[in-house]
Amino acid sequence: MGNVKDFASPVRPTWCTGCGNFGIWNALKRALAQLDLAPHQVMLVSGIGCGSKLPDYTHANGYMSLHGRTVPVATGVKLANHGLKVICTHGDGDGYAEGLGHMMHAARRNIGLVDIVQDNRIYGLTKGQYSPTSHQGRVSKTSPWGAIELPVNPIALALSAGATFVSRSWSGDIDHLADTIARAIQHRGYALVDVFQPCVTFNRINSYDYYRPRVYKLQEELGYDPTDQMAAFQRSQEWGDRIPIGIFYQIEDRLAYEEQVPALKAGPLVKQPLEKLRPEQIEALRAEVV
Amino acid sequence: MTINNMTFRLGGAAGDGVESSGAGLCLALTRGGLHVFGLPDYHSRIRGGHNFFSVRISDQPLYSHEEPVHLLLALTEETISRHQDKIVEGGAIVYDSGQVQDLPLHGKGILALHGKGILALPIPLSEMAKEKAGTELARNTVALGVAAGLTGFDPEPIESVIRQNFGRKGQAVVDGNLAASEAGYREGQKYAADFPFKLERIPDAPPRMVLNGNQAFAMGALAGGCRFVAGYPMTPGSPVLEWMAAHAADYGVVIAQVEDEIAAINLIIGAGQAGVRAMAPTSGGGFSLMVEALGLAGMTEVPIVIYEAQRPGPSTGLATRTEQGDLWFVLRASQGEFPRIVLTPGSIEQAFEAGWRAFNLAERYQCPVIVLSDHFLATAVRDVDLEALDFDAVTIDRGELLSEAELDALKGEYKRQAFTESGISPRAIPGHPKAVYAPSSDEHNEYGHIEEDAENRRRMMDKRMRKLETAVKEMRPPALYGPEQADFTFVGWGSTYGPLREAVDRLNAQGTRANMLHIVDVWPFPAESTAPMLAAARRTIAVEGNYSGQMADLIRMATGHQVADRILKYDGRPLSPEYILENVKRKT
Repeated sequence: MGNVKDFASPVRPTWCTGCGNFGIWNALKRALAQLDLAPHQVMLVSGIGCGSKLPDYTHANGYMSLHGRTVPVATGVKLANHGLKVICTHGDGDGYAEGLGHMMHAARRNIGLVDIVQDNRIYGLTKGQYSPTSHQGRVSKTSPWGAIELPVNPIALALSAGATFVSRSWSGDIDHLADTIARAIQHRGYALVDVFQPCVTFNRINSYDYYRPRVYKLQEELGYDPTDQMAAFQRSQEWGDRIPIGIFYQIEDRLAYEEQVPALKAGPLVKQPLEKLRPEQIEALRAEVV
Repeated sequence: MTINNMTFRLGGAAGDGVESSGAGLCLALTRGGLHVFGLPDYHSRIRGGHNFFSVRISDQPLYSHEEPVHLLLALTEETISRHQDKIVEGGAIVYDSGQVQDLPLHGKGILALHGKGILALPIPLSEMAKEKAGTELARNTVALGVAAGLTGFDPEPIESVIRQNFGRKGQAVVDGNLAASEAGYREGQKYAADFPFKLERIPDAPPRMVLNGNQAFAMGALAGGCRFVAGYPMTPGSPVLEWMAAHAADYGVVIAQVEDEIAAINLIIGAGQAGVRAMAPTSGGGFSLMVEALGLAGMTEVPIVIYEAQRPGPSTGLATRTEQGDLWFVLRASQGEFPRIVLTPGSIEQAFEAGWRAFNLAERYQCPVIVLSDHFLATAVRDVDLEALDFDAVTIDRGELLSEAELDALKGEYKRQAFTESGISPRAIPGHPKAVYAPSSDEHNEYGHIEEDAENRRRMMDKRMRKLETAVKEMRPPALYGPEQADFTFVGWGSTYGPLREAVDRLNAQGTRANMLHIVDVWPFPAESTAPMLAAARRTIAVEGNYSGQMADLIRMATGHQVADRILKYDGRPLSPEYILENVKRKT
């Protein structure tokens, strides 16, 4: 087992005291240690937002990109070096607003990424606008008459895009969260981990006290079969007083995208020798146009 | 009688095979030892409309098309009405008598057309195609056969191209097309005596390649170690994506067609960060979508290459036509200021070279490199010697990449963005235990950690921009073509190379001393070497395919030199030697 302290960085988080991101951060480091992964074997990719600063606070390879572009950057990293464990850490604005399209395509591809969405259902870093997962009617700085649109249902969207690992957890249960993340890391292909993350400063509604009585664990439901996609869809519609967390859906028999790319049969792209073309290759290229 | 100096033009509707026949003809003529310059022209549609393909032919190397047409092969009525005024005295129109009936061209014979004597030849192309090849689709093959018969060109190279192009469709299709070509040839021979423009095969000519700028760039990129391509189809850049896809499995290239251009550039940034040479081909509209991420690459010092093949804007403009309208855009795109390198190749050879050079520059200076091409360069075909694409000159230089030994020797936390004299920091590819780091798109310190301190910010800006002081030394001054002493000096960039070169040759042949300065390395602008060249010119004339004279403005900004005149074209069509000369005459 690795040591959580291996991932300690000299940089102190700027998150507010009580921020749900602390829980996610701890759970992630625990999962990495549990799986005996070292900092250099991992690449944490994020976008822009409070949660997206996570790679800055963690001693591991990382890359903090643009709002909404976490997933495509991570895809490029994974395709260039599929030997790395590539883990996205980004918020609901980054992942479900600006980046929603990219999430659907990543799921379709089944590209080997762990997609942890720090879902606080508000925009924190920009100070209090509503987000795609804010409830309908949510009053905020940019929705003074209440949000008109329905919230995004990331679980349902991921399932409909063909995601092969769809899960949810929350900052209030570090054991459950660490375990879910560890399973996502070991998954073959794209893995969504939607995490309810209380934002103590800008979202007084969806707090720890809000979630604690509501969340229940799918894996504790008798007979719940996570390989049953229809059952997962059904559970994805459950909301309100009872909110399921855990692994909604998981199958391991679909090939990951990177397993099907011809150039990667020979191993990670970055490790393949970069050499000038051989004389017979040059001759062949010329012959194509003679 | 003129031998080996003429232009064919084949015209029809989209779906008639105009483009494929034109390309095939270029190949056949080259195999016959002649030189060609092929120029496709097509509408943004799949069927109908009007497409044409011009093939200029010579026994001397060609760098440009020309405007006059000696032989018009018309599959449709529209072809005749659109192009008849381009036909020279003594030229001919071969047209499909089955399709074209309602014209002031009845019967055969010499017509007075626009005051010129032109041979009008109605030939039952569709009928002959159906008879010999079983389908009207083969009428373009018949037309090319007629052209060969009229000009006396040896049909053998045409036949070899037919066998090659139709081979995978089965022997029956090959035989049908051979028969169609032969029938056309015999028909054309009947009128050969009335047609003064002849083609003579050049025996024992060395084999030559026939290709366009897209292909040349792609080959250069592959040779230069490009192993990751992400893109979204957009005319005229899509063929680069397709070429890479076709070669991906054999050459170990990862290629992904992704959901949009924003994904494409972010994928190549991820790949570049992870240590792979990565490229995204696109056009102006796609580049517009890539703009935010361009800054990400500049800020985090990740090497990437973007191939931007321009077409007329604004917005989605003329999808299948050409312009040089994005120069200032690519120079300044994205918020803030950061180093980038811009190359503007103008010929097949230059496109190949830019292909591999771009990656060396990207990794040496750890910044985005944009290769700015355009539809004309991308799609016009030319023949070049086998050695013209200089594979031997290709180098793969990864810049300040830390070796395994250097990584092993690292102590303490690794500084990805260390302050150095040159501004270039030693770069580690993620994966080594001693070089664990996380760059940020936010302003950061040497370790890559987010940092808002004012002094750090100033130093980081200086560091990044300072890289250009070294890069500019690698930027070559414009190439001079023509006599050293001249009354006119054309200043061009990118694909105006060919037409300008020809204009220079023609002027000098007429007794007017002219030369040209052609720019291929645009940013950082090599002002120090360029300024004296401009100052030494007697009279500079900027020639470019855009509305405002963007290069002329850039020259003024970078060197203070004000060009005396501007010859501009922005109708979506490429500059031609004739257009340039006409405008020179008007301005002087």
